[in-house]
Amino acid sequence: MTQESQAPPEAGGPASPAAGPAAGGGAPPAGAGPPIPAAGAGAGSGAIEIRGASKSFPHPDGSEVPALSRVNLSVGAGEFITLIGPSGCGKSTLLRLIAGLERATSGSLFLDGRPIEGPGAERGLVFQNPYLFPWLNIHGNVAFGIKARRRWREEKGLVGQYLELVGLGRFGKVFPHHLSGGMAQRASLARALINRPLVLLLDEPLGALDAFTRMNMQDEILRIREEKRVTMIMVTHDVDEAIYLSDRIVVMTAGPGRVETVIPVPFARPRARNIPDFLRLRGKILEILNFAGRLEEPAYQI
Amino acid sequence: MALAVQLLWPDSGKHPPADKPYCAYALGICLVFFLLRPLIFLGRAETLARLREKDLFTAAAFLLLALLDIGTAKATVLPTLFFPTPDRVLSVLAEDFRYLIIDCLGSSAKLLLAGFFSGALAGLATGIFIGFSKNAAYWLNPLIKFLGPIPPTAWIPIVLVAFPTTWTGAVFLIALSVWFPTSVMTSSGILNVQNAYFEVSSTLGARRVYQVFMVGIPAAMPLIFTGLFSGACASFLTLMTAEMIGVKNGIGWYIHWQRQMLSYANVYAGLIVIAITFYSLITLFFRVRDRVLVWQKGMIKW
Ligand SMILES: Nc1ncnc2c1ncn2[C@@H]1O[C@H](COP(=O)(O)OP(=O)(O)OP(=O)(O)O)[C@@H](O)[C@H]1O
Ligand SMILES: [Mg+2]
Repeated sequence: MTQESQAPPEAGGPASPAAGPAAGGGAPPAGAGPPIPAAGAGAGSGAIEIRGASKSFPHPDGSEVPALSRVNLSVGAGEFITLIGPSGCGKSTLLRLIAGLERATSGSLFLDGRPIEGPGAERGLVFQNPYLFPWLNIHGNVAFGIKARRRWREEKGLVGQYLELVGLGRFGKVFPHHLSGGMAQRASLARALINRPLVLLLDEPLGALDAFTRMNMQDEILRIREEKRVTMIMVTHDVDEAIYLSDRIVVMTAGPGRVETVIPVPFARPRARNIPDFLRLRGKILEILNFAGRLEEPAYQI
Repeated sequence: MALAVQLLWPDSGKHPPADKPYCAYALGICLVFFLLRPLIFLGRAETLARLREKDLFTAAAFLLLALLDIGTAKATVLPTLFFPTPDRVLSVLAEDFRYLIIDCLGSSAKLLLAGFFSGALAGLATGIFIGFSKNAAYWLNPLIKFLGPIPPTAWIPIVLVAFPTTWTGAVFLIALSVWFPTSVMTSSGILNVQNAYFEVSSTLGARRVYQVFMVGIPAAMPLIFTGLFSGACASFLTLMTAEMIGVKNGIGWYIHWQRQMLSYANVYAGLIVIAITFYSLITLFFRVRDRVLVWQKGMIKW
């Protein structure tokens, strides 16, 4: 798979083998149905390499609280990864490290072989909260990235396009506090997409949506990924969603947060949600999560 | 409304009569206006409806005027020196109009605007510096905390000697009174912006300077306006004091001067001019604020 060629040379350093399947070049999405877009289309291609990344936060009493411990993961260009795990296991923290909003306490992260040192428009992040800018209307919010990169004259036509894409074509003039939770999340998705990032980091982007809209948006996200060839790393609490969307599922456990195992999803797309293989895989993941013992979700067995 | 007409009857004669019965003129005009109102607003039903809502208040105001007229001109229960008849106050307004409005008010307006805008600009600048730079906060905060609470008028003795002209001194005082609340509110507004907004903008490719102007300042706008509002109120106060003590010109000085001459009709006329002017300025201020803060409509009640 192409991600190996993009990953930085193995330094062999502190990257611990402890994380099991997550270590090293990562298990390629064996037999993943659709071809993963070839790397090297364009300047960058969006491969992420995480080596022994740990993050701890200062505790008010002066000690350090570990949030992430020695995470190893490589994500191929154009790959779809979901992070799943109990609350507080460091999923958001991992995304923030990749986005460059936090610096790893130890270990390192690379995008296409270059170390990640800060936030940048080539790594879009859709936050757990939409955080739309309340002083801008929806059009202004979606246009923000274009203006911030000083590409307004060239790219202003995109705003309407991306509003349409998330089904908010008629809401450009509306201010954020008039939107429902789901609409706000879609607007924030459009705001991140309009920069056409190489990597899109999604922190429970569909959490506030009803089941029906949610399924529509899942298909929409897959379509966007096919069309724009974006690497996607998405946090979700929904096992079905993870199986439906991703090439590989990264199961994390808490205390401190680490990668428990990485499960490839070998089904061809478009995927049916109720084939026996699908249900069997779901059972397996729930078992792992249940074994880790921290998922609040009812662990119904198949 | 008919109450107004009643005023035209008996007169006690203890007051020096005004040259012309201005009060009767004014009331006559009002009466004609109210009688013709349905005709004037023939095509504009909603404007008329809006005026109608205020009818009760208007009636009460005229009633009060009538009482005042009875108290002064007709029955003369109030001391004649301090309570001139409405007739005489109106006659001052009419006869001294040019002097009051063009000379006094014009000079006050120049002073006020020069002071307000320089103070507001300085306040915004210091507030923004403190909000975004730790160094600026370190050096400027103590200064603001220490000097800010001193009422600007307490500086008058120093300012009078330190400035080349009393006019520049007065501008400085007014600017000072606007500067303090503006800078405090601006910096606190910026410091209280949720960090998430800065994070979102940085993942969208915004650089530091862009964030200052496109995230920090817009997000702080509600508090900035609160600061400007207190600044405006303080500036009115300072303007009056500065004129009475130093500048020897303007509407505040006019009142001071007429009081010394014991012509209270002129004092009241001056007060009416001030009331109308400041009322208009504040209304204008709120208009501007509502325009800038449209995005808050429905979120915050004013
Ligand atoms: N800024 C911070 N300061 C201190 N501790 C933090 C900070 N951010 C995260 N943590 C801690 O790090 C751990 C992981 O948090 P994180 O938000 O990454 O979890 P999560 O997996 O995204 O959880 P959830 O599913 O509830 O969103 C938690 O224990 C949290 O308390
Ligand atoms: Mg989270």
